[in-house]
Amino acid sequence: MLSVIVFLPVVVAAAITVLPARLGTRCFAGAWVATGLAQLVLVAVVWSALPGTGYGAVERVEWIPSAGISYHLGVDGLSLPLLALVAVVFTAAAMYTLRGVDRPKSYVLLFLALQAVSAGLFVALDLILFFLFFDLSIVFMYFVIAGWGTGAPARRAALTFFLYTFLGSLALLLGFILLALAADRPSFDIPTLAQQNPLGGGGTYAALTLLAIGIGLAVKTPVFPFHTWLPPAHTEAPAAGSAILAGILLKMGTYGFVRIAMPLLPATWRQFAMVVVVVGVVSVIWGALVALAQTDLKRMIAYTSINHMGYVLLGLGAAGMVAGSGEQARQLATAGATYQMVSHGLITAALFLLAGSLHERGHTYAIDAYGGLATRTPRFAGLFAVAAFASLGLPGFSGFIAEFQIFTGALGAAPVATVIAVTGVLLTAAVFLLVMGRMLAGPVRVPDGPGTPRPFADLSVSELLAIVPLLAGATVLGLAPRVVLDVIEPAARVLNDFLAR
Amino acid sequence: MMAPGDPSSLIPEIALLLGAVTGLLLGAWTPRRRQWIVRGLAAVAAGVGLAATAVAANRPPDVVFGTYVLDTATHATRAIVLVALLLLLALCGDTVAGHRRETEFVVLLQLGALGSMLLGGAADLILLFAAFLLASVPLYALTGWSKQGTAPEAALKYYLAGALAGVVTAAGVTLLFAVSGATGYDALAAELTRGPAAVASVGLVAVLAGLAFKAGAVPAHFWVPDVSDGTPPAVAAVVTTLPKIGAVVAMARLLEAAIPPVVVDWPLLVAVLAALSMTVGNLAAFAQTSVLRLLGYSTVSQVGYLLMGVAVAGRTGRAEPALLFYLAAYAVTNVAAFAVAAATGRRTLAGHRGLARRDPVLAVALVVALLGLVGTPPTAVFLGKLTVFSAAVDGGFAWLAVLAAVNTVASLFYYLRWVAPVFRDPVDDADTAVMRTRGWARDTAIGAAALSVLLGVAGGVVLTAFGSVT
Repeated sequence: MLSVIVFLPVVVAAAITVLPARLGTRCFAGAWVATGLAQLVLVAVVWSALPGTGYGAVERVEWIPSAGISYHLGVDGLSLPLLALVAVVFTAAAMYTLRGVDRPKSYVLLFLALQAVSAGLFVALDLILFFLFFDLSIVFMYFVIAGWGTGAPARRAALTFFLYTFLGSLALLLGFILLALAADRPSFDIPTLAQQNPLGGGGTYAALTLLAIGIGLAVKTPVFPFHTWLPPAHTEAPAAGSAILAGILLKMGTYGFVRIAMPLLPATWRQFAMVVVVVGVVSVIWGALVALAQTDLKRMIAYTSINHMGYVLLGLGAAGMVAGSGEQARQLATAGATYQMVSHGLITAALFLLAGSLHERGHTYAIDAYGGLATRTPRFAGLFAVAAFASLGLPGFSGFIAEFQIFTGALGAAPVATVIAVTGVLLTAAVFLLVMGRMLAGPVRVPDGPGTPRPFADLSVSELLAIVPLLAGATVLGLAPRVVLDVIEPAARVLNDFLAR
Repeated sequence: MMAPGDPSSLIPEIALLLGAVTGLLLGAWTPRRRQWIVRGLAAVAAGVGLAATAVAANRPPDVVFGTYVLDTATHATRAIVLVALLLLLALCGDTVAGHRRETEFVVLLQLGALGSMLLGGAADLILLFAAFLLASVPLYALTGWSKQGTAPEAALKYYLAGALAGVVTAAGVTLLFAVSGATGYDALAAELTRGPAAVASVGLVAVLAGLAFKAGAVPAHFWVPDVSDGTPPAVAAVVTTLPKIGAVVAMARLLEAAIPPVVVDWPLLVAVLAALSMTVGNLAAFAQTSVLRLLGYSTVSQVGYLLMGVAVAGRTGRAEPALLFYLAAYAVTNVAAFAVAAATGRRTLAGHRGLARRDPVLAVALVVALLGLVGTPPTAVFLGKLTVFSAAVDGGFAWLAVLAAVNTVASLFYYLRWVAPVFRDPVDDADTAVMRTRGWARDTAIGAAALSVLLGVAGGVVLTAFGSVT
């Protein structure tokens, strides 16, 4: 079943390759939308059959037995929400693409490939399989940025992105090798390694392993100081690419922490939890402050991503610090961090798609170029306001639930850090309120092209179909969080049991 | 002195030799446009060799004629050389078809392959030296085969470097013989500990220098970029692929079987050579604008990764299968990359602008080959790197694995320098009109790239085959 979910986009992509390129956007993007919807249905089926504990829908075939590698898929409460997120965000990106794109055939092919590797990453239960999808996501995203960004800066941004994240992935690979060699019989199987806990004793070897894995995941997440690749990559990528990059690819890093770093290196994670918390808090504040200074809308959204990923690290680090007595707090922090991944995926994807729509009309991301959009384009303004409020963590939206849990869970373990991090919420609130004030209120101001003023239209149907479901999702998760929390919490409990060993 | 042996155990070698001799005679009597028969014959010989290898691989390990080992490493070397030979025969199609010296090309290619194969199985210094010459001399001639442009210069450079390497190797063999009074590896291992260690070290270093020349590794790598840029891409592919296979296996076998680490700390020596090869190759490749020079330096860096496996040979059971698998992966992927250069007929990076639009399938093959050389999953080199890195860490050379990972990232720079223009729009029509992709080379590139992915995905089977029969 999971194989079908992962490889469905590949099958569709293979079918598309035989079609002539002149068929146009609607045909290719339509096929992509259909794929996304089908994937969504399949995920719902898996969701409904998820067992209370342990992994569901497990598939395991020996792949390279002599090296301890197997094709091992499975989902639990930590991965299933993210798998669903993949289907949702990619379907939204597909809807968004319906309005037209340059060279649609190769564009859709690349995105289908990305969709497959993203889904694969979140269900992989083998380190090498995880690494395979991790690396391929970099390759495909490189081509998206280099191919559909604009000109030389896009190629430079794509190269920076590739080099940084590839360096990270190799650090990750070294960490995986160290992990695998530590086991009784070398194995890359995640559940086996979690069970054996070969590095439970801590020590230098384990610390180096965590360092390698940590750097690899930190680059992808990205956290300060490994974040420098992110703003240019986001700015230069096409809108759908930015949405996928921020909505899905960044989660690969944080998901790696909960799936690999924490359960497989519990003692070392506890030992260095303070470092994780500090890095998280620095990212929170740094991301928010730099976002405040941006004049470019897309860069600003990119920096708020760094800020939001910082909360996730804060939660995960705090989970490692809470002593055995703080079961409840640990639970809250871990579940909140996972919830934040899903929530941020929905909200930031919507924000990037909105920014893309704006660029489509005004050909610039400069915040100062726009004003009074609330009267000119009410639908855009309304959705942008909703997305902004959701992103700054207003109660009623998913971000609030996530951040509230993280803060409550982390407060006991790292009070100072948590208090500092809370100010990050204030900063992001300021960022979004300022931007909304400048862009949506006041006299109408839209960028003038050379010659006659262009019509500045409101959001089209396909754009609405892409953005509204994402924000609706963020709202539903904010009002009825139990739907997802009921799935996350048992898995978070298992994770914490591993962590407490 | 000579132990009894069964000639039938050498069918792959004999098939190649017969194919070469028969081809030479046949070619002399065949009109020029029908000389493809010789190539066909060579392919049949390779096929027979592969079948014989498959049969022989199921037998227990053995030593024939007292000097030639039949074990997993030899069988793997044979198989890799023969598959590479088949790919190279296909690759050279456009270059040699109907050429005046088509037969000579094919015969020299076969003899070079035979030399590489013998290098891999040699367990005696004299046989090692003979194989070294057999793997060298035909390839000198092959380098000068085209006679056009810089090819004679490249051939001369290759020959001179090779002559020096040959003399050094012969001196090394003599010194090792002087210390131990033996040439067989087993006897060497037993005797070396009694003689003066310093002389033995000098002898070993000299022999290693010769093998490093064959493998294109530091410190004997200077010929690689000149030869790969000076000759037609088909020849460059041969010279950078075939001899490496035998040379690396020969190095591992010599060090593991004949040189006790108490006499010479060869693991560290090889580890340093590995580190230098990968770093020097990568740094030198950065600034290249010629794709063939770039690929030439890339092969130098690839040998560095291969030597990681040699450095831990015998220290961990993972070394041998890892090394052999990496060799197979490297051979296939390297041929694919050279085949793309041969197919486009363009020698510069900029000349590949717009390839994706002209020939998307070939462009994908190029991306697979280059990312394969980087080591992106699911290509074969990734699995090779994974196993070699694991072996290095397991064998106590974790620093080397870290250095190799850093080098891998550095290598991305120049591989991407070739990928980037491929996906850019062509400058103008006049520029792209010249770029017609050629049949044989194109098919080889696509086939080899597909094989590289297949080998990566089905690596479990191959790795088991390389690791289980010992």
